[in-house]
Amino acid sequence: MAADTGARGPATAAGSEAAALAGLDRLEIPQARDSAGGRGRKIWGAVWPKLLAIAIVLAIWELVHLSGWKNDILPGPAAVFSDLWQQMHHLLLWQAIGTTLRRAVIGFALALIIGVVIGALVSRIKPLRAATGSLITALQTMPSIAWFPFAIILFGATTNAILFVIILGAAPSIANGLITGVDYTPPLLLRAGRTMRLGKIAMYRHLILPASLPSFVAGTKQGWAFAWRSLMAGELLVIILGQPSIGALLSTYQDQSDIAGAISIMIVILILGLVVDAIFTHMDAAIRRRRGMLDPAAG
Amino acid sequence: MSIAHQNGAAPPEMLPGASARSQPATSDAIRISEVSKVFGRGASALLALDRLSLEVAPGEFACLIGASGCGKSTLLNLVAGLDAPTSGEISTGGQRVALMFQEPALFPWLTAARNVELALQASGAPRAERRRRAGDLLDVVHLGGFAGKRPHELSGGMRQRVALARALAQDAEILLMDEPFGALDAMTRDLLHDELDKICAERGLTVLFVTHNVREAVRLGDRVVVLSSRPGRVIGEFTVPIRRPRRIDSPEVAGLAATITDRLREEMVRHGS
Repeated sequence: MAADTGARGPATAAGSEAAALAGLDRLEIPQARDSAGGRGRKIWGAVWPKLLAIAIVLAIWELVHLSGWKNDILPGPAAVFSDLWQQMHHLLLWQAIGTTLRRAVIGFALALIIGVVIGALVSRIKPLRAATGSLITALQTMPSIAWFPFAIILFGATTNAILFVIILGAAPSIANGLITGVDYTPPLLLRAGRTMRLGKIAMYRHLILPASLPSFVAGTKQGWAFAWRSLMAGELLVIILGQPSIGALLSTYQDQSDIAGAISIMIVILILGLVVDAIFTHMDAAIRRRRGMLDPAAG
Repeated sequence: MSIAHQNGAAPPEMLPGASARSQPATSDAIRISEVSKVFGRGASALLALDRLSLEVAPGEFACLIGASGCGKSTLLNLVAGLDAPTSGEISTGGQRVALMFQEPALFPWLTAARNVELALQASGAPRAERRRRAGDLLDVVHLGGFAGKRPHELSGGMRQRVALARALAQDAEILLMDEPFGALDAMTRDLLHDELDKICAERGLTVLFVTHNVREAVRLGDRVVVLSSRPGRVIGEFTVPIRRPRRIDSPEVAGLAATITDRLREEMVRHGS
């Protein structure tokens, strides 16, 4: 039968066929969208709804204030913002922000390391997974504040107690994100990797890890949310002398019944949370855009 | 060896299972002997392949055709070494085997060039060398200008060409193709047939090509092997005597395709009754 292969002559229409392919390619490639208006308009489009939301909140707040409800206790926006402005001129607030962010970064970094190690082990080792799979989920459902009595008895009223609870709050989400990502690596890509004779390490480096990145980032983002809540709860409960923190300030204002001060700190907490959330959202969108998982019309 | 049927309607050569047995074993690129594959156990066991034998000569383009459930994809997996047969033997004489799927199966986070480069990883060549060869291979499939694009920025046909470049990057003597053009529109498919014809001839590749499309099989193959369904075994072989370059819409291709389709229908009727 093989004698037939000799008949496979040179394709005569080779040139025109390459040209036809090139033409077809050009027709099929989605045209670059005309991005007139460019960056400025895009940023404005993202910013104005947020500004409007802030304006609505402030308006409602001002209306409540003007209505006279709890007028003796509840200050209006103007009073709170002038309080915040004053606090911003004191070192104390910045020291507090510094302490809190340092704890957040250290706690979250440790959670990240521990979460990745646990996630990697559990996704690799089948019996371990059967044993710990539901345990990780159970840990996630535990409200982090419920860990504090245990942590304070164990570590005393120290930074370590706070870090311990942050890690317990964040690591399970991070581990779960990684495990889910590894699980959902498309089987077809795994087959492709095997036919390409990728080694075990190359398979992880070039296929399984990149494939699980979106799920990992989602888990990390959720882990951050848990870490931030654990931190705030911890700072309200564990107040260390000589270490001003956001939580300690909030607690102080509560003790002094200084509601303007308390609201100012709450605004600071909100802003810090939003900034970190924006970083994660940006990472997520960048990954999706690279992989064509983002609707260009929406992006 | 091949009997030239000038007319596509002429009685085809039908040598169930025993076609190339007369050739010495060493001359086969792919040798599948008495291979069975059973999935599952006990009452629910499914016999996917039943003592299937098939030889493909070096440089031959063999097309496998059959209705659903004929175990075509199973067979390719076995030849690729992704799975082991329940009984029987498969030999590719130590030659390297590359596999192409119906979906391009490109890594979406890598550019076209990096996708091809990754397949060169196993060759152990240095980075610069891999990059150069990936570029050359993209030129072979006429995608030199799209090296930096990610899969989602390419059309279906272009992605499949990147997948072809990636398969070629594995430097395999044997190319297994599992309905690689099944999801493409007819116009793109015709052009890719021409491309594949040329590339296989230039590189002397041995190809085992699985398809549902009888005309495609006749358009591309030196030989068309018809498989039965559940379990899969060889029920007919047709040498394609039509000279290249071929056109999928030529009367010769249509004629032989009609004969093969009739044979396939008999098999479907057998299952229907």
